[in-house]
Amino acid sequence: MRIKNVNDLKLIADQYNAELKKYEHTIYVCGGGGCISSKCQDTKNFVDSYIKEQGLSDKVNVIFTGCMGTCAMGPVVLVEPERIYYVHVTPERAKDIIDRQIIGGEVIEEYTFFDANLNKHIPCIDDIPFFAEQVQIVLNKCGKIPFDSIEAYIAKGGFTAVAKAFGMTQQQIIDEVTASGLRGRGGAGFPTGIKWSAGMKAQGDRKCIVCNADEGDPGAFMDRSAIEGDPFCLIEGMMIGGFAIGANNGYVYCRAEYPVAVERFNKALDIAREWGMLGENILGSGFNFDIELRIGAGAFVCGEETALMNSIQGERGEPRQKPPFPFESGLFGCPTIINNVETYYNIAEIINRGADWFAQYGVGKSKGTKVFALAGDVINTGIVEVPMGMSLRKLIFEIGGGITDGMKFKAAQMGGPSGGCITEKNLDTSVDYESLTALGAIMGSGGLIVMGENTCMVDTARFFMQFIQDESCGKCTPCRIGTKRMLEILERITQGKGTLEDLDTLEELSYTIKDTAMCGLGQTAPNPVLSTLANFRDEYEAHIVGKTCPAHICSALAKYYIDPEKCKGCTLCARNCPVQCISGKVKEPHVIDQNKCIKCGACMTNCKFGAVIKK
Amino acid sequence: MSEVAKNPSVAKEEMRADYEKLANVIDLYSGKEGCLIQVLHAAQEIFGYLPFEVQKYVADNMGFSVSYVSSVSSFYSFFSTTPRTKHDVKVCLGTACYVRGGKLLIEKLQEILGIGVGEATADNVFSIHVTRCVGACGLAPVVVVDDDVYKQVKPGDIAGILDQYRGK
Repeated sequence: MRIKNVNDLKLIADQYNAELKKYEHTIYVCGGGGCISSKCQDTKNFVDSYIKEQGLSDKVNVIFTGCMGTCAMGPVVLVEPERIYYVHVTPERAKDIIDRQIIGGEVIEEYTFFDANLNKHIPCIDDIPFFAEQVQIVLNKCGKIPFDSIEAYIAKGGFTAVAKAFGMTQQQIIDEVTASGLRGRGGAGFPTGIKWSAGMKAQGDRKCIVCNADEGDPGAFMDRSAIEGDPFCLIEGMMIGGFAIGANNGYVYCRAEYPVAVERFNKALDIAREWGMLGENILGSGFNFDIELRIGAGAFVCGEETALMNSIQGERGEPRQKPPFPFESGLFGCPTIINNVETYYNIAEIINRGADWFAQYGVGKSKGTKVFALAGDVINTGIVEVPMGMSLRKLIFEIGGGITDGMKFKAAQMGGPSGGCITEKNLDTSVDYESLTALGAIMGSGGLIVMGENTCMVDTARFFMQFIQDESCGKCTPCRIGTKRMLEILERITQGKGTLEDLDTLEELSYTIKDTAMCGLGQTAPNPVLSTLANFRDEYEAHIVGKTCPAHICSALAKYYIDPEKCKGCTLCARNCPVQCISGKVKEPHVIDQNKCIKCGACMTNCKFGAVIKK
Repeated sequence: MSEVAKNPSVAKEEMRADYEKLANVIDLYSGKEGCLIQVLHAAQEIFGYLPFEVQKYVADNMGFSVSYVSSVSSFYSFFSTTPRTKHDVKVCLGTACYVRGGKLLIEKLQEILGIGVGEATADNVFSIHVTRCVGACGLAPVVVVDDDVYKQVKPGDIAGILDQYRGK
């Protein structure tokens, strides 16, 4: 059907909700990015056919959702009304769950979420700290509805915000967004209301509203999850923004590395057009709006807003000089407002529930929530949404469950290649824009990589610089050549060939690049180096002066030894050593000649007794 | 020099259906602004890569110079001007995968296949690539073969993963 007005929305919602009430059980199968990699499609197909086979189709509703959050435990399944959360649900486990819980009424505790801190299974999702500590505004529908159903979206209150916005003036909408304190979630934290106000006031026959879905920071997958799990919410947020600034054209720029997000968003666009929620005279308001999805082609710099606009225009993704700012002359020369995915996901709730409701969450100048992608050496990897102001300690140790393999915490890297690291002494810092910036890190887009004690910070800095070198577009000299020199120095240090003067040169280069690079990519590129230098200078010095890598990561500085207690004298290491530096008799402990060793690690890989140690 | 480059007219004959598909794509985008990258995506989907002839065809039919099309295609890492191998093995070196040991996976792959990153095996079956964050950070480290994502891979798993693709 075509939705013509607000009454139609209510009708659809009532019908859909009535339909849901017919079922005794609902099985939600997560179809998020992590679970897809864990073959959740097989689980979903099995559940569908087994429910049919058992004649339960009238009693059990099976819903394929977006990301539920615990990405390393996939495929995950939630069973309602009991709200039992099952993990690693293979088709075999799914059969047990249907047989024993759906039919038999018994909860299979050993298949449910295991909380590493409490050292026990927690069957009910509401009791699991990972979920209980979250506040979901952005993700309030993600993982809870079928991602491809506009009816389900409407039944959860979808499109009521845009309906309300159509009854407001442009200024009223912008005032509400400004009062909410919402700031750009892409990382820089520019107040959204001020940006929109500039967009509304800009003069032009045609204006554009753009969504930056080029989530390029390695370690960040929040936007991907939001789009894949709740694509209609992005459409609604952009439509409200478009109406507020007077833009009829929306563009979403999504990176090519996210084929699932591209597929699901394109499908959502088609459905929205079919139902009249995109196109002409939406909800009888007289407002016309449509969105086009443009796909990137693998260039990190395109996350920078001016480079992004060039890329949407089909050109090389090189940044433009500012001014003119996008709101003056942006996409195709039109006044353009660009916001990050997560920013748009906040809009509908702000309009529906009001600025005051939104601003009750958060601290100081950082209102609302922030979605983080927890990854690295943390037990509960996945997507979480927490109110701003939560401490990093709570985020990593309570929600994240702590560090893997019983390791000690070393650092948390925030903001990807543009950000910095937070160490143990600052773990109680509140997660908000100002506090993090004061520590030399940034909020960033939400990638939070947790690093345990076996991470070498010099190598990490080198890794980020390598990334920047690969991704620098080459347009300006500081970024193109400056980062190359920095990388060379970092490589020297990780190979034990650095000097203490190198550290001064690194700092000098860092400040020069920050001050002179043309776009955000270059200006923030030295941050990981400055941040690790500030927090882990002793580690740099260990590489330079002591010629050792404290974390035993930098292979050029590692030394391999054979533990005579463990060595059985099988000769395997000696036979595999490419430089014949291992000697010893059969059935007697072997010895490595440190002067000849090239530190390739072949002995360690081949030893079947764990006798080769890297120090 | 490839067969195509030696004699484009012959190649075109053989690939008429492919060029027709490309023409349809260009047609589809004709009313929209700035669609070069989207057309190049479609072209690479059709031909597997973007040889000179295809870029020239796109240029001629969209009103660009070949050098302009090439300047765009060469900017983006997704576009390739060399034929793909049968199976692309991509190791993610995003931060999470790096921290969780992605580098060791590359070393193992190089050891097993006897080729470096960006190279193809002599039989053109496998090539090794480093990829930036595929957004599966919760499953780090990951290896992507063609479109299949393998999660939490250990160096010891690599041989078994490759075996699934041999002869396919």
